[in-house]
Amino acid sequence: MPPSSHLNRRAFLQAALAAAAAAGSNVACSRNRSPWRFFSLDEARALAAVADQIIPPDQDPGASWAGVVNYIDRQLIGPYENLQDTYRRGLAGIDESSRQLYGKLFADLASEKQEDLLHRFEDGKVPGSTWNQLSPKSFFALLVDHTMQGFYGDPRHGGNRDRIGWKMLNLPYPPVRGRIRPDQFKPRSG
Amino acid sequence: MALKHVNAVIVGSGAGGGIVAKELAEAGFSVVLLERGKWFTPFDDRKDDLRNQRTCVLGNSFGPDSRSPRVYVDGSGHEQVVDPRHWAYSNNAACVGGGTLSYGAMAWRFMEDDFRLRSKYGAVPGSTLDDWPITYSDLEPYYEKAEWEIGVSGDDSGNIFRAPRRKPLPMPPLPPNRDFQILEPAAKRLGLHPFHIPMLRNSVPYNGRGACMRCRWCVGHACEVDAKCGTQNTAIPRAIQTGNCELRTECIAKEILTNALGRATAVAYFDSDGRLQEQSCDLVVASCSAVESPRLLLNSKSRMFPNGLGNRYDWVGRNLQGHAYTGAAGLFEEETYDDLGPGASIAICDFNHNNPGFVAGGLLANEFLRSPYQVVTGISGEGIPRWGAAHKDFMRRYFRRNMTVMGPMQEMPVFDSRVQVDPKVKDAWGIPVARISGRHHQNDLLGTNFMTEKAVSWLKEAGAIQTIPFKWTFLGIPSGGQHQAGTCRMGNDPKTSVVDKYCRVHDMENVYVIDGSVHPNNGGFNPVLTIMAVAYHASENLVKTWKGIYGRG
Repeated sequence: MPPSSHLNRRAFLQAALAAAAAAGSNVACSRNRSPWRFFSLDEARALAAVADQIIPPDQDPGASWAGVVNYIDRQLIGPYENLQDTYRRGLAGIDESSRQLYGKLFADLASEKQEDLLHRFEDGKVPGSTWNQLSPKSFFALLVDHTMQGFYGDPRHGGNRDRIGWKMLNLPYPPVRGRIRPDQFKPRSG
Repeated sequence: MALKHVNAVIVGSGAGGGIVAKELAEAGFSVVLLERGKWFTPFDDRKDDLRNQRTCVLGNSFGPDSRSPRVYVDGSGHEQVVDPRHWAYSNNAACVGGGTLSYGAMAWRFMEDDFRLRSKYGAVPGSTLDDWPITYSDLEPYYEKAEWEIGVSGDDSGNIFRAPRRKPLPMPPLPPNRDFQILEPAAKRLGLHPFHIPMLRNSVPYNGRGACMRCRWCVGHACEVDAKCGTQNTAIPRAIQTGNCELRTECIAKEILTNALGRATAVAYFDSDGRLQEQSCDLVVASCSAVESPRLLLNSKSRMFPNGLGNRYDWVGRNLQGHAYTGAAGLFEEETYDDLGPGASIAICDFNHNNPGFVAGGLLANEFLRSPYQVVTGISGEGIPRWGAAHKDFMRRYFRRNMTVMGPMQEMPVFDSRVQVDPKVKDAWGIPVARISGRHHQNDLLGTNFMTEKAVSWLKEAGAIQTIPFKWTFLGIPSGGQHQAGTCRMGNDPKTSVVDKYCRVHDMENVYVIDGSVHPNNGGFNPVLTIMAVAYHASENLVKTWKGIYGRG
C-alpha cells in the first residue's frame, strides 16, 4: 500500500506536538497527544484493529486503510456526538476483555485471537466490568454498522479512501453520470 | 405591522398543499403558502449515500433537523425523544414540494375496492376499518388530472386488476432495465400480470422539463436534471405565476386562531427570523402530512375548542397508518446490476385483494437501485455474513447479482395507533411536539407473511439461487413511516371522522385538512397520487362552494 496522506498528517501532528512540548509549552499534556479529533491513540489503535477484522485486507484493502477510524472519529464530533461516551467506554472495554482473556491489548493479539474475541462479542459473551452497563452485542453491532458506513459510504465523510469500497464492487466513478458541476466540499477542520 | 389579510393560508407545500395552492390561486383566491423548510434547487442535492431522505444515518438532506424532535412510544410503553434521522421518527422531507422533491415517485391509483374495504370484507375486529365517503369513480377524473398536470410515465395496460381509466398515461415507460427483463418472464410463467410501474417522472421531455437520465441517485435525492415531477416544479410555480400566491419558506406554523363564533381567523407562525406572526385569512388548509396536520389541529386550543380543532369526538390523530412493507431479496448467478436508474420498474397487483385468510394486500415491485451501504443493511439475515472475510467475498460476488422484490401491504387502521401532542416536550420554537404511539393490527402480520412468500416464489422463478425473506417485526410497535396517513379521517359521520368528503373539518366552517391524513385507509400502494387526486377533488369543491369573504371578527 502506498503511504497515506493521513499517516503523514498524523506524523506531522505528532512531531508538531512533540516540538511544542519540547519548547516548554504547557498546552500539550500527555492525554492530548492524539492527532485525532476525539479518539486517544490507544482507542484509535484498538478501533483500527477491530475494523480490520470486520473488513479485513485481502486482495483489496481493509477497513483501516480505507480510513474507517477517520470516518468514525469525524462523526463523533458531528452527527454521532451522542455516541462519544459509548465509544469511550466500549473501546476501553474491548481492551479490558482482551487483557482478562489473553493478557494483552486487543490490537496486540494475533489475528485469529482477535477474530475469536469478536465472535464472543457477537454472542454477547465477554468478561469485563464494562459490559455490566453496556451490551457487548449492541456495541459490536454499532462497530460493524459504522465500519460499513466508513468503508462503503461517500468519501466526503472521511472514509472510503480512494473510493476503494466502490472500486472493489466495480462501481464506476464518477458515480453521477452527466454531473454538470463537480461536488465541492470543504474538509472539516478539528 | 400587521400582515395583509388574504383569502387562504395553506400550511405545508407538499403533494397536497402544493396542489391546493395552485387550484385556489388560479381561481383568484389570494393565497399564502407556508412551508417550514427551504426551496431547494436540483443542485442542492449532494448525491450523498449516507445523508439523504432514504438513508439518513448522518442526517437528511431536506430536513427537518434536530430542532424538531418527536416523542415515540413503543408497544411496551417505553418512550423516547427521537431526532429526525432516527427510523422511529416517521420522517417526511420538510421543504418546498415536501416528499415529492426526493421521493421514488411511484404514481399509483388505488383500486375500486380500496375505497370500500368495509363493504367488501366486513367489519374487522380490533380495527376501525370503514368505507371512504367517496368512490373510485368520484376520484377518477382527478387521478387523471394529476397524471397529466404533474406528469406520469409508465404503462399499466398489462395490469388486468387496475381500475378503469378514461385516458392513458401521458408518457411511455422508460426502457426496461435488467431487473425488468429477468422478472417479467418469470412472473408470466407463474401466471401473474406484470407491467411497467407508473411513475411521476419524465421518460420523455414533458411540461417544459427534460427526460430522466437514468442515474443511480433517485429515491431519497432531488433529481439533478429535474425530470422527477413533484409539486415544487409543477403546481407551486404555477400557483406563483398567477400572482395570487405568496410562498413563505422557513415558517413554522404554531396554531390556527379562532374567534368566539368558532371560525378560524388567522394562522400564527414563526417566520424565518423566529418572529411570531399572525396571518389573518378567510380559510385555513392544513396540508402538513399525517403526523404534523393533527399536531397543528391539536395545538390549536381555545375556549371553544379545548381539545383542539375538529376533535370534539377524539378522532384527531387516531388511526395512524403507514405501510407494512415486506418482500424478499434474491441472490443470482448472473449479473443483475445494470446501473440504470431509477431501478424500480416492474410490478404486479395480483395480490392486492381477494387473498386467503386476511383482509386486503398490496402490490409487489422490484426495488430501486441501491448503494453499497444500502445493500449491506438491506440484505441481511441468516446465511448472510455480516462481517469478516466472508462478508467481503459476499459483497464482491453479490453486489451486482441481487434483486429485491417488495411491496406496501395495506395496514388495518387501529384506533389506538395515534398522534397526540406531547405534554412536556417542545420543539425549538416552544411548540409541543407530536407523540406517536400504538400498535399494528394482527392482519398486517398475516398479510406480510403471505406477500413475503409470493415475493420469494417470484424471485425463485426468476432464477434466484438463494432468497432472503424480510423478517417483519413491527407488530408490537406504532405505525407511521413516510407513507403516513389516516389521522384526520374523511367520513360522513362527524362522530367517527374528522373531515367531510371534501376535506372540510366537520364542525368548522373554514378549516380544511388536505393531505394523506384524510385517507380512511391507505391502499396497498404508495399514496402520493391519491393525495394529489384528493387535493384536486377537494379544491374544486372549495372553489365552487366558496361564498366570498365573510365578515371578519
